[in-house]
Parts: sequence; structure tokens; C-alpha cells
Amino acid sequence: MSRRSRLSLFGASAAGLTALLLWGVAGLPDFGHYRGPYGYVLNAVAPTERHVTNVVTATTFDYRGFDTLGEAFILFAAALGVALLLREERAESHSLDHGVRSDAVKLVGLALVPALLVLGLQVVAHGFITPGGGFQGGVVLASAFALVWLAGRYRAFRRLTPTPAVDFAKGVGAGGYAVVGVVALLLGTSYLQNFGPLGTAGTLASGGSIVLLNLATALEVSAAFVLIFTEYVEELALVPRETRL
Amino acid sequence: MSYLPYALAVWLFVVGLYGVVTSRHLIHLTVCLMVMQSSSYVLLLSIGYVDRGTAPIFADVPKGTRAVDPVVQALTLTDVVVSVAVAALLLAVAMQVRRRHGSADPEQLSAVKG
Amino acid sequence: MESLVPLPVVVPLIAAAVLAAGARWLRRGVDDAIALATAAATSVISTMLVVRSLDHDLVYWFGGWTPRHGLAIGIAFDVEPLAASLAALAAVLATASFVYGWRYFDEVGTLYHVLMLTFLAAMSGFVLSGDLFNMFVFFELMTVCAFALIGYQVHSTAPLQGAINFAVTNVIASFFVVTGLALVYGRTGALNLDQIGRVLSGQGTDGLVVVAFALLLGGFLVKAGAVPFHFWLSDAYAVAPVPVCVLLSAVMSDLGLHAIGRIYWPAFSGVFSGDVDALRALFVGIGVLTMLVGGAMAFFQRDLKRLLAFVTISQVGVFLCGIGLFTARGLAGTTLYVLADGFVKAALFLAVGILVYRLGDGDELRLRGRGRNAPVAAVVFFGGAFLVAGVPPFGSFEGWSLLVRSAEDVGYGWLPAVLALGSVLTGGTLLRAAARVFLGWGDEADPLLSAEPPPSEEEPEVSSSRISPPLLFGPALALLLVGAALSFTPELSEEATQWAQRFQDRPAHAAEVLAGRLPPASTAPPTGAGLAPYGFGIASTVLAVGFAAFGLYRRRLPALVRSGAARLLEPPIATLKGLHSGIVGDYVAWLTFGVAALGGVVALIAR
Repeated sequence: MSRRSRLSLFGASAAGLTALLLWGVAGLPDFGHYRGPYGYVLNAVAPTERHVTNVVTATTFDYRGFDTLGEAFILFAAALGVALLLREERAESHSLDHGVRSDAVKLVGLALVPALLVLGLQVVAHGFITPGGGFQGGVVLASAFALVWLAGRYRAFRRLTPTPAVDFAKGVGAGGYAVVGVVALLLGTSYLQNFGPLGTAGTLASGGSIVLLNLATALEVSAAFVLIFTEYVEELALVPRETRL
Repeated sequence: MSYLPYALAVWLFVVGLYGVVTSRHLIHLTVCLMVMQSSSYVLLLSIGYVDRGTAPIFADVPKGTRAVDPVVQALTLTDVVVSVAVAALLLAVAMQVRRRHGSADPEQLSAVKG
Repeated sequence: MESLVPLPVVVPLIAAAVLAAGARWLRRGVDDAIALATAAATSVISTMLVVRSLDHDLVYWFGGWTPRHGLAIGIAFDVEPLAASLAALAAVLATASFVYGWRYFDEVGTLYHVLMLTFLAAMSGFVLSGDLFNMFVFFELMTVCAFALIGYQVHSTAPLQGAINFAVTNVIASFFVVTGLALVYGRTGALNLDQIGRVLSGQGTDGLVVVAFALLLGGFLVKAGAVPFHFWLSDAYAVAPVPVCVLLSAVMSDLGLHAIGRIYWPAFSGVFSGDVDALRALFVGIGVLTMLVGGAMAFFQRDLKRLLAFVTISQVGVFLCGIGLFTARGLAGTTLYVLADGFVKAALFLAVGILVYRLGDGDELRLRGRGRNAPVAAVVFFGGAFLVAGVPPFGSFEGWSLLVRSAEDVGYGWLPAVLALGSVLTGGTLLRAAARVFLGWGDEADPLLSAEPPPSEEEPEVSSSRISPPLLFGPALALLLVGAALSFTPELSEEATQWAQRFQDRPAHAAEVLAGRLPPASTAPPTGAGLAPYGFGIASTVLAVGFAAFGLYRRRLPALVRSGAARLLEPPIATLKGLHSGIVGDYVAWLTFGVAALGGVVALIAR
């Protein structure tokens, strides 16, 4: 199909589609007038039932925890897919990356790394009390590693993130999530049903198995992002400029 | 006025779609898909908004305070993860295409056709 | 609650995670063994689920969140025989793929096994889920895994193109699904399909319901591969490795159709109850169009995998017609047809794989006559071709009989003849390919058939010395036999019709899922289709043979006939082929058109 005929086909269809979509959303309740009932029910019962104050995390890891299992594995599979697509036998010794030269950048960057690590761990740990959670904190943790490369050298980054260890962490994280659910099965309850002491709301010791799922997710997400990032960085560090994107 | 967020979501969707159809570079195509993805975020989150509602986190406000819908927030979180996964894969493919083919133009990619 | 229910998803996922974590330390062959054992175990579990759900659905609430006052606050799996048998099909085919692919993917190590197991888990989850967003999550997981598996042969451009076309179209399809889902959620405040149905059926059809249904329908039709959403399918299946194609062709396309049934009956059948006749016309229309386009394009292919891809598309059209009759018999017949043909298509793909492995090529014309050295592949290919052509009483014959009877019931008596034409096109093309490759019949060159990429980059990882013949031939033969023999299962038609009736009874279904009330035992009227299906089957087989002969010896027709036909047919054929340009921008433009058209038609229907 020529570009012109494609554009005409698309133009007409998009006009129709836009009209349809606008007609469809016109049937929604007004902005700000959410009718529920799903959200209202969860807001009402979650803090009492699960002793957590962050209802979104409770929804993610408990009420709709099975969705999160799928989601964790989507990231898991994507990281593997990136590894599969970009795998090449590259000569590690011929790294083209000579690292950052400016001392100021190096100093500030590397000083931020422990700060990011602490922030990430805090976001993960307090995920069911205040805004945050395994996903959010896991990404922050991964960015701490990325900062090592950004403000430092490729080789230092790779020494901190050896592929077998990262693969292992990712597998353990994803598998761990699924296994926690199995523990619930073995306890005679439903898959991914909450178990363990529920503790007091608002403290670190609350939520039962939400804590475990949270940690497993954080491990998996940080490992997956580090893995994806590593593959991309290797393109920059090891592939000559001409064939690069 | 109260339908503006929904209309915004529709706009993002269609504009992203236009970008995909007319794209001449795979990275541009990936970004257009991300734009379409963000239309779904906007739609979901606007649906769950409650007038004068606060975040559904009751650490510092008493239980029972008017709060927005936590379900759409969990759904959007999943959606974000999905979009990251897709973007990562598409960009990886774009890199390989550039390396093998010399160009990242989707209109040049027609080895299989007919 | 039945603890077995989550296992078809959980078991492959845990195995995948274990393999991924321990990849460094596993000896060669151990990962193959673990993957194979997991797939086999999942097949057993899924089959047990089929058996356990025969009398009533197994409704499983994750996290222990059973509904409160009829309000679903957790995620449910709704296991019933139709869905569970698709999950079992996926697991059995995955097992066969692992046997066939033993040591196939050595170069990528364990990554292949991990992705295939995750893919299997995603398919099982997608088909068993009773929650709309949960379906979306597994839909995406399927897309991500399939994407990586399709494009894994990074050394050549064709697999990358196939992967991109697959990913972009399917991701946009998922956007349609999410948007439709958001609209439904905004209206009903629920994500559980039965609960959505309960809320919607109390209201009329307005813009939101129409658009949401059109978006969901469009999104799942992309996955299924119906026209005009099908373009990605032929590109992707042509370049994916054979063991992956087995799962893609035989299961993933059908899951899209099953999803349409899943959202229609529990959620939308109430609100559209007055429009069934018009919806029927819509579905049958799309189905027939898909069947014809698929069949025609299959005829114009010389690359065997791409040919099979178009055969898949054509059959999706037939299945869509079957579901689109909106009767219990139609649904039951389609499911049986899907199951039998799933085995046959998988066997055909494995046969092509044997040819590629043994003879180094997958092109029909280049392989002319060389197939004499591959007798097992010949048996499988010919057998599969005849089964696709509809030879009674084997294979999909049970499903076909139910379809014929169902079509007569709703006044679509002309439909079986049209569907039989589809079998003629696809079966005939397969017979043509079989005769040319294995018997050396037919002309050596045929300019009508589309050119395909050069074979030099095909399957580079396959090393001839390591793969032993029984592993290669066994699965292909076994799958063919199972597919052929399926129609001999006693009482299959009556049972299947009963399950379909249960599936389609929205109020009873909702009561069961949301309140745990078991439905009363039902009986289905006997099928007694008479001789008509036999007639169609024999006719389509004979005509398929004739069509194959035409395909082989077309150029020996008198020159006058040929030039006349050429003048008439060349422009439309060239246009049709030109539409399948391989360019993703074109495909997305057609996608937009398709969804807009769907929306327009459904809006008119619901007026």
C-alpha cells in the first residue's frame, strides 16, 4: 500500500474511531464522581482487614495479588527477552568505555549512590504504610546501580552486577512470589491468601504475607531493570560507534 | 469541563496511533506506543478520581476519609510495568534491526510479504 | 475449593523461575528434562480440571476473597470444560514442542525453556480467568513471551520484522482492551465478568456499552487473527521457530476467540440480548471474509510455514462463524473443531520442521520431489492435509457435525456449504504442497506463488548430529493420531453441548460464580445431525483433491482459459498480495479501520 493510500485509510478510520471513543467516554460518570463500588469497598475494609494503611499496596499484593504475579512475570519475561535479543559474544576486555573524566561528576554521582540505595530500601520497606511498594522501590534500587555506570566506569558497574547473580536474584524474586502463594495453598487456604501475623497498622510489622510479596517483588524488579539496563549499556560500551543505533 | 480528562485520553490515543502509522524510525514508533499507553493511564486514573478525595493511604489521615479509588491505581501500576516491558523489548529489537539492516526505518522492513 | 485450579499457571511459572535462577549451574539436558516434566505435569493437571468441571464450574477465588453480598472483590478463575480443554491443549502441545525441540535451542541455553514455560502459564491463565483485568495481564504476558520467542533468531531481518509486526499490532490491541475495560469499569465498578454482566443487563445499550464492546471485540480479534486484523499473523508465524509456531498457531489464535466468548456470554449477553440476530450476521460476515482471505492467500504461498499461517487464519474464520451462531451447539462444535484442528495444525508444523531440519529448506517449490527422503513427514503432512480438508469421520468431524446442525437451527443453512469451501481452499492447498514436495508432482516453477526470503538464515542453531529421530518424528505422529481420533470419543457431542449451554446461561452462571449456587443438572437434546455433515465432508475432500490438482497443473490448462482468467483475476490477486506488505504502518492503519468499522456496525445494531 502506498503511503498516500495508507494515510487516507487511516485518516478516515481515525476520524471514525475518535468519534466513537468520544461517544463512549461521554457515557462515563462525571470526572470526580466515581460511582464505585469496588474502590469504596476496598477503602473501607482494607485497613481493618489487613492492618495496612496503603490501600493501593493492599490491593496490589492481596486483593488483586494474582494480577501482580502475572505482572512480575511480564517484567521477568521482558528482561529475558532483551537478553535473548541482544545477546552476543562480546569481548569484555575491549571495553570502549573509558568512564567519566570529570572528578566533580564522579564525586557527586558516587555520593548519591548510597543515598539512592537507602531511599530505595525505604520505599520498599514502607510500601504498605506510605506511598511506595516493591515496584517503585525496586526501580529506585536499580537506578542506584545505573548511577554507578553513569558517574563512573562501565567496568565498575559490571563488577557490581555480575550476570549470574542478577539472573539468580531475578529468578528468586519472581519464583519467590509464586512460592509464597503456594505456601498459602499448603496451609489449606486459597492461593495467595494472606497468612502470618497481621500486626499493627502503620508499623513495619503489619500486613502478614504482604511483606513477603513486597520484598520478592522488589528483588525481582530491581534485578530485571539492572539486567535490561546492562544489555543496553553493553551496546554503548562494547559496540563500535558505526553500527550503533 | 468534567469530560476534559476523558477527551484528553482519547486525544492521546489517536495521536499516538497516528504516530505509529506514519513512523519512519523504530524508536519514534516505540515512543508513540508509549504515548498511547499513557492515554490508558489518564483514562483509568480519571475514572477513579473522587472530588476532594485524598490518596487512599491512611497513614496520617483517619480511616474513612474521603479517598480516591485504589483499584484503578493498582491497575495503572500494572499498566506501567507492562509498558516498560514492551518498550524494553521493542528498543532491543530496534537496536538489532539497525545493526543487521543498517536502518531503523519500519517502512524498509518488508523481507516477509505477499 | 479445588486446590488444583491455580496450578496450570503456578507450576510452569515456578519451574520457569527456577530454570532462570539456576541457569548457570544446570547441566545440559537437565533444563530440557525439567521443562518437559513441567509441561507434562501441567497437561495432566489441566486434563484433571476438565474432568472435575464436567458437572459444574469450578470457581476459585484467589487470596480467599470470596464475594461479599454478591460483590466480587477478588480475582476468580472460572474453570469449565471448554476453557480447561483449551488449557490442556496448550499444555499437551507444549510438551510435544519440548520433545521435538530437545536440545534444539542449545545456543540460547535455558532462555527458550523459561520463555516457553511462561508462555504456557500465560495461556492457561488467560483462558481460565473470569476477571477482565486478569485476562488483560495474561494477554500481555502472552504477547511479551511470544515476542521474545518469535524474534529470537536475531541473525536475520525477517524474524525481527515478524516480531515487530507482531508486537506493535498486539500491543495496540491490548490498548483497545484496556480502554474498553476502563469504560466498563467506569460504568459498573467491577472487573469480574459475571458481575459486569449483572450490572449491565439491567441497563440499555448506550454509547459506552457499544464502544466498550467494540473495543474489547477488536482487541481480541487481533489476537485471534481475523480480517482485517490478521496481517501480523502471517509475518510472525512464517519466521518463528517451529516449536514456537506449534503453540502460536494451534492455541494462541484460538484463545482470542475463546476470550470473545468469555466476555460476551457472562458480561454482554444480557445487554445485547435483543440484538443477537444482527450480531450473528456480523460475526458470520467477519468469519466468512476471514476464511476466504486466508484460504486465497494460502494458495499463493510457497513458503510452507507462511502457507500454514494462512491456513490458520482461514480456520479462525470458520471458528468465528461457529461461535457467531450464538447457539450452544455452535459453541460446542467450534470448541471440538478447535481441539481437533489444534492437534492437526501442530502436527503439520512439526512436519514442516522435519523437512527444514532434514532438507534444509521450507520452500514448496525448492523442495519439489526432495521430500521422498522424509517418509514420516510425508505421512504426517498428507494425513494433516486430508483432515483439514474435512475427510469424515475423522478429526474435527464431531465439531463439524454440530456446526452444521447449529447452522440449520438458526436459519443459516447455506453456511456449511460456504465453510466447506474454506476447507477446500485450505485442504486443497495443503494437498498441493504435499504432492509437490513428497511426490514431485506439479510444475517446477510457479510465478503466482509469492517469493520468500532466502533460506540461508533459517534455523542456524540446529545441528544435524545431535537430534535423534524418535524425538523428531514421535510428537508429529502422535499429535496427528490424537487429532484424527478425537472424533471417536463417545458421547462427546452431547457432553460438549451441555457445557456450552451452561456457559451461555448468564443468570445461572452469575449465580454460581458470585453466590456459589450450583446450577440444576441439564440435559442436551441428542445431536442426530443426519447425513448432511458426511455429505459436506466427502464433497470438500474430493473438491480439495481437485483443487490441489489445479494448483499443481494450472499451467497446463488451455492458453485461452489461462489468459482470460489472468486478465480477470490478476488485478485483485495483486491487490490482495500487495496489502500484505510487511510494513507495520499499513497493518496499524487496517487495525484502526477495523475497530472503527466494528464500532460503527455495533452502534447500528444496538440502535
